[in-house]
Amino acid sequence: MKIDWKRYQTNGFFDELIDGQGKVRLHGEKLAQFFSKLSGEELRTARAVADLAIKEMGISFTVYDEGSMIDRAWPFDIIPRTIGKNEWQGIETGLKQRVEALNLFIDDLYHDQKIIKDGVFPKGLLEKSVNFRKQCVGINPPNKIWAHICGSDLVRDGNGTMFVLEDNLRVPSGVSYMLENRSVMKRVFPELFEQVPILPVDDYPSQLFDMLAAMTPRPHDRPEVVVLTPGVFNSAYFEHCYLAQEMGCELVEGRDLVVEKDDCVYMRTITGLQRVDVIYRRIDDLYLDPEAFLPDSQLGVPGLMRAWSKGNVALVNAPGAGVADDKVVYAYVPDMIKYYLGEEAKIANVPTFKCMDEKECDHVIKNIDKLVVKPANESGGYGLLIGPKSTKKEQQETIASIKKDPRNWVAQPTLSLSTVPTLDGIEPDGRHVDLRPFILSSGKDTKVTTGGLTRVAMNKGSLVVNSSQGGGSKDTWIVDEEAK
Amino acid sequence: MLSRVGETLYWVSRYIERAENVARLINVNNMLMMDLPKGVSTGWEPLVDIIGARKTYLETHTDFSEAKALRYLLVGNDNISSILNSISSARESARTIRDVIPRDVWEEINTLYYYVKDSSKEGLSKRGRFAFLKTIIDSAHQIFGALDATINHDQGYVFIRFGSIIERADMTSRILDIRSESLIISEEAKPYENIQWISLLRSLSAYQMYRQQMGVRVQRSDVIEFVMHSEIFPRSILFCLYELKELISPLIKSLELIKLIDETIKEVKYKDVRALKNGYLHDYIDTIQIRLADIHNALAESYFLKPPEEI
Repeated sequence: MKIDWKRYQTNGFFDELIDGQGKVRLHGEKLAQFFSKLSGEELRTARAVADLAIKEMGISFTVYDEGSMIDRAWPFDIIPRTIGKNEWQGIETGLKQRVEALNLFIDDLYHDQKIIKDGVFPKGLLEKSVNFRKQCVGINPPNKIWAHICGSDLVRDGNGTMFVLEDNLRVPSGVSYMLENRSVMKRVFPELFEQVPILPVDDYPSQLFDMLAAMTPRPHDRPEVVVLTPGVFNSAYFEHCYLAQEMGCELVEGRDLVVEKDDCVYMRTITGLQRVDVIYRRIDDLYLDPEAFLPDSQLGVPGLMRAWSKGNVALVNAPGAGVADDKVVYAYVPDMIKYYLGEEAKIANVPTFKCMDEKECDHVIKNIDKLVVKPANESGGYGLLIGPKSTKKEQQETIASIKKDPRNWVAQPTLSLSTVPTLDGIEPDGRHVDLRPFILSSGKDTKVTTGGLTRVAMNKGSLVVNSSQGGGSKDTWIVDEEAK
Repeated sequence: MLSRVGETLYWVSRYIERAENVARLINVNNMLMMDLPKGVSTGWEPLVDIIGARKTYLETHTDFSEAKALRYLLVGNDNISSILNSISSARESARTIRDVIPRDVWEEINTLYYYVKDSSKEGLSKRGRFAFLKTIIDSAHQIFGALDATINHDQGYVFIRFGSIIERADMTSRILDIRSESLIISEEAKPYENIQWISLLRSLSAYQMYRQQMGVRVQRSDVIEFVMHSEIFPRSILFCLYELKELISPLIKSLELIKLIDETIKEVKYKDVRALKNGYLHDYIDTIQIRLADIHNALAESYFLKPPEEI
């Protein structure tokens, strides 16, 4: 039985492939055609090939389950998500604008705090921020860049308008899956790449390396760039390895590094100590340096902050960058863009109610069954309440938490996220998706990945796309509609 | 090269070498059992001895029946040297240095792991056993072949080769020790003496090479001489020692280690092993094994990452 797109139901959602009239969108035409020619048998084989490729390539992520660690294969759907090149170029410009403003904002907070003095950003919010690091005040990282790598989550509403849902500025992850999804697709459907003009994604690791190398404190020597991982037990360990491998850098753990008396960072090699210039750290701020932050941290390197503040080593992202990665601060990003750049935000924010404001808080509590309620500083979907899908008891618990610490909570209307046809057996059925592009900033130029990581809520009707909670992913194609 | 990475490379290759050796050992024993009458056969007990696990085996097992011993050797959770555990350790270690080893090699190790884990039934059945073990041996060869042909022959390569060869020398000494011990020949077993020595050679993939180099019939003194002293057979103890020395010589901080290997070479090379009677052979091999352990310790001392309290 072959796929008949006429039978596919969009159920009133904005579907990325099929429009409201049941017609295939321009950028997806060749893709839809290709799939409608495959037999059920071929679809089953393709799925099996993809699963096998993922297993053999060892593409996995780690989840904790009842105290033990499990390495799970990456759930992957073989129907790609397509976006037209024209639309994408607009999104790209919007993301660059956003990250530029965020970097100016972070730098401002650690220096003169003009945005607070000018009354655009409330002082009280900063005072209660858990990600503001007083250790970073007055420090000048190279080119004034704090968030070198940003992963912004984009979603569409029922009308198809793209919104930014959040900005991940601490240690955003997922880019390796974006790259691996593409290589799996190339194994599974090589012929598709001849038929459809798909823009490549492969240059990310070299762009990442160039950006990292540009941060070196010793610009005249060949920079020693390393990736710092918490170790094999971290859920993103696969990605740390992958990026180090693709960039040809050392992957180091805290115990491989040492800060010597000269306040420079060295790694322990079999031939002795060797100077390190740039650290792409995938460890959270608080674990980076037991001398500056949590004294018990075994993951970090004693003295690292000292070396960084003296400019002897670059840390990417800079410590303290997370101050802008906060779901309350998020609500102010359009104001920041206006304040620092004098422009309107090109990609809108999802309307956000801040519980620190009494009126808005009342509104949230009254309408909790209709809203998505989020704690300000959690990631991975933890602590999230989806109003329409929650029980009375869960709602009461969340209300209690909000009342305890209103600064820590925001709420947004429940968006009817866009869908993409996703195989359920051999039958395509709509599943909700988001999109996480990655933005690299060196201060000299800004690069955005071509597309990004499309995450899919694999369970029918679910809105949660996080891999820790039953999400999967798809290859994301930016398709040049005008190419012949 | 990071000290931690050098150490991990060493262990990855050592574990894979071990898995390969144990697979070959089981395969050869399996063949031998088909040739020997019941009263003569030594069964599966010597294999548990070879991997040095008699004591731990007997804590949970009452006898050395084929089913029990094989399960223990192939997939025994409680056996650190079982094929599955060796490959699983290799995979876990390789996972921590995926950035260093070539993608193809990682994929092969990963695939081998799933194969052993998912197809162990084959290995336990009489019919599937040969193919199962052969797949493991072939896969190990492929991993070492790919490593040899695709990575930079730099310091990391030294640690890969070192791990593999020290494991090989160790295994050769164990096989020689246990097999010659169990070959104290009773009258009724006399007619089968020859095929048992042949089987010892086969467990080391040494039979053809023995024929080519020694040109004599298979007999105790010549077999011992060959697997100890051959300077051209890559699994002989002397050959392995020469190779360890050559590998480590270009590295800095290797003087102590070279001295230790040199002493061991002397001890092996000038020993008249043909004349050693069983008990003495056993004691002598014991000293060689202690030497190999010393070489490992000296390597770790010079190059591996030390635990925090020692830095």
